[in-house]
Amino acid sequence: MFAGRVTALVGESGSGKSVTSLAVMGLLPRPSGRIAAGSVAYTGKSGVTVDLARTPASAMRAYRGSEIAMIFQEPMTSLNPVLSVGEQIAEQVRLHMRLDAAAAWRRAEDMLGLVEIPDARRRAHDYPHQMSGGMRQRVMIALAMSCNPRLLIADEPTTALDVTIQAQILALIDQLRKTHGMGVLFITHNLGVVAEVADTVSVMYAGEMVERTDVRTLFRAPRHPYSQALIDCLPARAARAADGRRLIRAIPGSVATAFAAPGCRFAPRCAFRDDACEAALPDLREIGEGHVSRCRRWEALA
Amino acid sequence: MTPPLVSVHNLCKRFGQPPALVHAVEDVSFEVRRGEVLGLVGESGSGKSTIGRLILRALDPSEGDIAFDGLPIARISQRQMRPLRRRMQMVFQDPYASLNPRLRVRDIIGEALDAHGLAPGKARRARLAELLETVGLEAAHTDRFPHEFSGGQRQRIGIARALAVEPDLIIADEPVSALDVSVQAQVLNLLQDLRRRFGLSMLFISHDLDVVELMCDRIIVLYLGRVMEIGPAEQVCRSPRHPYTQALLAASPRPDPDAPRVRRLLTGDIPSPLSPPSGCVFRTRCPLATEACARQIPPMIAAGHDHAFACIHADAVPPSALPEATGDDIR
Repeated sequence: MFAGRVTALVGESGSGKSVTSLAVMGLLPRPSGRIAAGSVAYTGKSGVTVDLARTPASAMRAYRGSEIAMIFQEPMTSLNPVLSVGEQIAEQVRLHMRLDAAAAWRRAEDMLGLVEIPDARRRAHDYPHQMSGGMRQRVMIALAMSCNPRLLIADEPTTALDVTIQAQILALIDQLRKTHGMGVLFITHNLGVVAEVADTVSVMYAGEMVERTDVRTLFRAPRHPYSQALIDCLPARAARAADGRRLIRAIPGSVATAFAAPGCRFAPRCAFRDDACEAALPDLREIGEGHVSRCRRWEALA
Repeated sequence: MTPPLVSVHNLCKRFGQPPALVHAVEDVSFEVRRGEVLGLVGESGSGKSTIGRLILRALDPSEGDIAFDGLPIARISQRQMRPLRRRMQMVFQDPYASLNPRLRVRDIIGEALDAHGLAPGKARRARLAELLETVGLEAAHTDRFPHEFSGGQRQRIGIARALAVEPDLIIADEPVSALDVSVQAQVLNLLQDLRRRFGLSMLFISHDLDVVELMCDRIIVLYLGRVMEIGPAEQVCRSPRHPYTQALLAASPRPDPDAPRVRRLLTGDIPSPLSPPSGCVFRTRCPLATEACARQIPPMIAAGHDHAFACIHADAVPPSALPEATGDDIR
């Protein structure tokens, strides 16, 4: 992920999108969740690069909010119902930016203005339940932006919103990315949203990244059978049958939840598989500039 | 002449008492023709689910008429309604909430059969197997509980339960909204197959315009309980006439990174149905709104065969600049 760029993490339920983002944030539920292997190299505001996977919990607390901020699908569950929205933002900037109470409140008002909440100075006194879903998501974004993060993780931020409100929130995130130069990790299951917001896309399936490339290449020339199948099963790509039905090329079967077999996790549903696919887990391989695929047979897709 | 399967006239549904009177559905009229799939599309609070429940008489209408197969049903008793319920069935959004977790599949579907005295005794087993195979499950699944199935399989059980009583009309309320896109595709294909196989008529309720365009012959676009536009699916989606339909289409993300992003964002939120705007309910967010829009509720204006929209700025609303549909017609 790069400053000022949007990386989308796309996949279906259980693909591991949210777990990936929680791992980056150091928020995996303990003790059941832990980072088993690998690293998360992060270059902070100070220019120093650290491995977040090996950063102690106390130090992670300082990164969260001030360096990396997160917004979620359902703002109502992330906002405190008994504090006004202004107080919630003021509390965060007092903690992370060491502002006094008056300056923190002014910052809260400014942030609510930044996310285009009409009449922000008055609405700062409102409680979350007094706001619509779209307004609450704006408050969440104001809260996330309040300490000038370098990285914003947005986990399905528009999934619970109506489509006209979703368009407003996507435009807002895009504008803040441009003006503040932050990197955005955008987690979504919606390929329409991916096409709209992303620069690069990582496709996940059953806990693994199966393909990563720029957004145009993903939609034009996907080089993993799952990416291709996922795009093909969009209603907008349905083909008309001779009898008038508009059949979608659905992916047969469903995602397996246990992985006893040693091979490619998508192999049981894959139209391109051969015997070797089921023998060993394929590695990610670089197949073009900035383009990686976990498919042995990627050339067969061309 | 045979009447349409369902006809709805000036239907209104309000909840509560003033000052907390919610205008959920206001003055809605349409028909569900025999064998057609009619889409109801709109955002939260548009009244689309309420309309489905009114037709089933799970809710009582405040005003207006509903006829099912020519029979007026808006004010008949629940007892009189009972035999008609066999002919109209519902498929729900959430396959986790709509199946009783304590019942086995055979009892979930069996309950529907028992309620209408169908397939009693020895015929039951064969009928269950047949229904499960129809929806792409196996006869061996009859002894399982809902939690043993995936979301897509549960939705298939919900569909089998609806089909069990051989209905004429299926009201499908966001039937694929809770499903992942690969599973959604399977269920949409299944619904299209079943529709052809059994000659079903369907009222298909959804917020997803791509899904509605795929599934439906005609579409009704609702906003705050009122009809904004009604017409053949391709016309409504390719050359929408109402400014709200145009805004809804423009706001829907296209799964194509090179699609032109002509963004006319609607500002503001959907107004509260407690105090809908006077005149045209869309005027508070409409780019074309004038003073006249506040004074009168716009009448439906015809825009060609079978296509109508409710906007007094009919001449100002150009047929959208969206690309024309390619030759193949919907029917």
